[in-house]
Amino acid sequence: MTDEYTDNKLETKAADSSSGSYTPPAEAIPAKENPEQELYHAKSFWTKWVFCQDAKVIGIQYALTATAIGFIGLILSWGMRLQLGFPETFSFLGPATYYQSVTMHGMIMVIYLLTALFLGGFGNYLIPLMVGARDMVFPYVNMVSYWMFLVAVLVLLASFFVPGGPTGAGWTLYPPQAILPGTPGSEMGIVLMLVSLSLFVIGFTMGGLNYVITILQSRTRGMTLMRMPLTIWGIFTATVLALLAFPALFVACIMMTLDNLLGTSFFMPEIFTMGEKLDYAGGSPILFQHLFWFFGHPEVYIVALPAFGIVSDLISVHARKNVFGYRMMVWAIVIIGALSFIVWAHHMYVSGMNPWFGFFFATTTLIIAVPTAIKVYNWVLTLWRGNIHLTIPMLFSLGFIVTFVNGGITGLFLGNVIIDVPLSDTYFVVAHFHMVMGIAPLMVVFGAIYHWYPLITGRHLNQTLGKIHFWVTFVGAYAIYFPMHYLGFIGVPRRYFEMYDSPYMTSGVGLNQFITVAALIVGFTQFIFLYNIFTSWYKGEKSEKNPWKANSLEWHTPDYPPTHGNFGKELPVVYRWPYDFSVPGTDKEYIPQHVAPSEVPTAKAEQT
Amino acid sequence: MFVAIIFALIIVASIIFHFWSPWWWTPVASNWGNIDDTIILTFWVTGAVFVAVCLFMAYCVWAYRYRPDRKAEYKPEDKKLEFRLTWLTALGVVALLAPGLVVWNKYITVPENALKIEVVAYQWGWNYRLPGDDGVLGKTSVGLINDDNPFGLDINDPNSKDDILVMDADLHLEINQPVKVELRSLDVLHNFYVPQFRAKMDTLPGIITYYWFTPEKKGEYEILCAEYCGTGHYAMRGFVQVDEKKDYSDWLAKQISFEKMLAKKELKNLLIAEK
Repeated sequence: MTDEYTDNKLETKAADSSSGSYTPPAEAIPAKENPEQELYHAKSFWTKWVFCQDAKVIGIQYALTATAIGFIGLILSWGMRLQLGFPETFSFLGPATYYQSVTMHGMIMVIYLLTALFLGGFGNYLIPLMVGARDMVFPYVNMVSYWMFLVAVLVLLASFFVPGGPTGAGWTLYPPQAILPGTPGSEMGIVLMLVSLSLFVIGFTMGGLNYVITILQSRTRGMTLMRMPLTIWGIFTATVLALLAFPALFVACIMMTLDNLLGTSFFMPEIFTMGEKLDYAGGSPILFQHLFWFFGHPEVYIVALPAFGIVSDLISVHARKNVFGYRMMVWAIVIIGALSFIVWAHHMYVSGMNPWFGFFFATTTLIIAVPTAIKVYNWVLTLWRGNIHLTIPMLFSLGFIVTFVNGGITGLFLGNVIIDVPLSDTYFVVAHFHMVMGIAPLMVVFGAIYHWYPLITGRHLNQTLGKIHFWVTFVGAYAIYFPMHYLGFIGVPRRYFEMYDSPYMTSGVGLNQFITVAALIVGFTQFIFLYNIFTSWYKGEKSEKNPWKANSLEWHTPDYPPTHGNFGKELPVVYRWPYDFSVPGTDKEYIPQHVAPSEVPTAKAEQT
Repeated sequence: MFVAIIFALIIVASIIFHFWSPWWWTPVASNWGNIDDTIILTFWVTGAVFVAVCLFMAYCVWAYRYRPDRKAEYKPEDKKLEFRLTWLTALGVVALLAPGLVVWNKYITVPENALKIEVVAYQWGWNYRLPGDDGVLGKTSVGLINDDNPFGLDINDPNSKDDILVMDADLHLEINQPVKVELRSLDVLHNFYVPQFRAKMDTLPGIITYYWFTPEKKGEYEILCAEYCGTGHYAMRGFVQVDEKKDYSDWLAKQISFEKMLAKKELKNLLIAEK
């Protein structure tokens, strides 16, 4: 008999009758529905490491590519900060270059770094391992997804070398200016940007279908939806959002390309510029903004939801306590995801759309605060009465809570339509979104890398460098963005190349210099992190199996680090949620997901 | 220990920075003091939540730091607590949203006695048009713009003749006179923003947008473009001068109407033709 479950049930019964102690009722583990997945076994170096179909390798490819382009985004931000802090000293940067840096920094960080890293990187690596699958359901499509992403990145990089340089239209790419000569990069740069984004969406769709279908169809026996780690819930919901939101960006890109190259007028009304009337007529610039933000707002949650999920798991494992209110956490993720599709126009309160929309979108936007606040409460309540190991992943999780709460409450300012009127398009907005979708998710990215690095490489990252990395990044980034809100209160508009001759704005000079210095230091620290990642790969302290004593399946593969096919001969069967830490009634400090109730007969775990 | 203290210190430093920061908004110069009040209310409510959550977190980090003999609590859910927190948050959100919507309603409801003026934005500068004695602005069209008619006014519209054209980035307004600014752009998106008035709205080619305010304090205020509009965005500025009635009338008398401008141009053309 190959069905292990029957044996377990017998054992449970035996334990029940003999000891008489509390035993949670055993649950029905469904029989295998599908035959074992046929895996393609790579033989050569090329098929193993380059054109690879193993989701784990694809995840690493995604992560490395995203990190590489992310560092370019980081360096671009230095250029901007030098200009803003010390405009006289660094006068080599003209307004055109400045605006190009602003644009490329924003686009790279949001799309090519964060989206690709969370979904392409963590998604690929963790989904099959955490749900107990051998690989993604469509490994070949998954491989093409990565190569499509790489092409998108290369097209984006190519735009730095075309005549006129990359586009300087701002990452929002608003028409009409994006394709008119008054904006830098309106010749070739904007075309390459739109093509690159379209390629990214195509590549992402291939990956995204894989993530969703793998989670829905390839979970191992016993892995019910309500037993999935929150990491998977976050990535799953974010992927669904992305699959629904990216098409809006895709069509907007295609339509703007047509406006630009073929002279259609989707987004172009009658325009008088440079002493003549253009041939466009009848289009609507606001239409583009609706399409862009119909993608753009869910995009915030495409980045945030995986971070929410991952940080829940990090806090739980390192505080040795179950996630507080797991079901509420799952529903909060799903509700936030659903609501994120009806709030997009809060980015457009002063765009000139019908002002009556303000009432609707302010209401929906502030409603999102409720499920989001619940998540925050549950994170801190998970710490409450825990047994907190102040490991580096835990430190980053704490940093995430502070920056996320800070960035979240400023969202309540900007979401409330009337308050947005004075604050929109000022540095308040810049500070808000960097805090909430830049720093907070990055805290989780870093925490997650310190957490899962041993799983990937079998070695730990250097702890001393890690602590330096955490403290400088967290305190430094907070020192950059917290005071920046106050520049916004003064009224300093964003996207200004320089601004110091306004009487009241000159008061911000000292603050701007401070922010620039902090930004340089924080940026430099990321290179220390990079150094740590590369040197620890072959020099780091060897990690024993499951060093954090976690319960989720990825730590319990027969080979450590996991190899192709993930789970050896037999897929694991899951009996419980991944958060059975410090369960009363047993001396086991943690009970992994694949441990049957019969193996821990005295444990008073709640049924999940 | 050390970690909990640093986190608590960061929160304390944030509070101190907030109260002692020299960077704060400029004194309001319009009727939109209500907006400032809404911001202050939001500050208190959300600030209290931020401080409470973060200090509670720092406390947990201190009180429940790892000890080999400690065993964490096992408590998957607490329905009562979760229920209470949910409703408390919902209540807070309503308290922030309701006053905000009331003020927004005011912001989009223009009073009848408001003087309608037009702001014309272009890359990269501002022009203005004031209605003449009839109080009505004449029709315009982008297709009619040429050197003799920089605003693209419709010559056949009787309302356009007495419109006053200000071909300059400086605008004067009369104190305590409500103004509805009708915003128009010739080329790309811009945004007419005066920090002291607390109000702003994008200007778009193809449609006319608006907002209203009452200047309540004499003085000169800087106009900033608040929507990225190309390489010259940061240099797209102007000034609003809020005057007493008399000074305003003096300024107005010096401005030129559309009719006069056409006559002047015609005269000039005639002179050129005669030569």
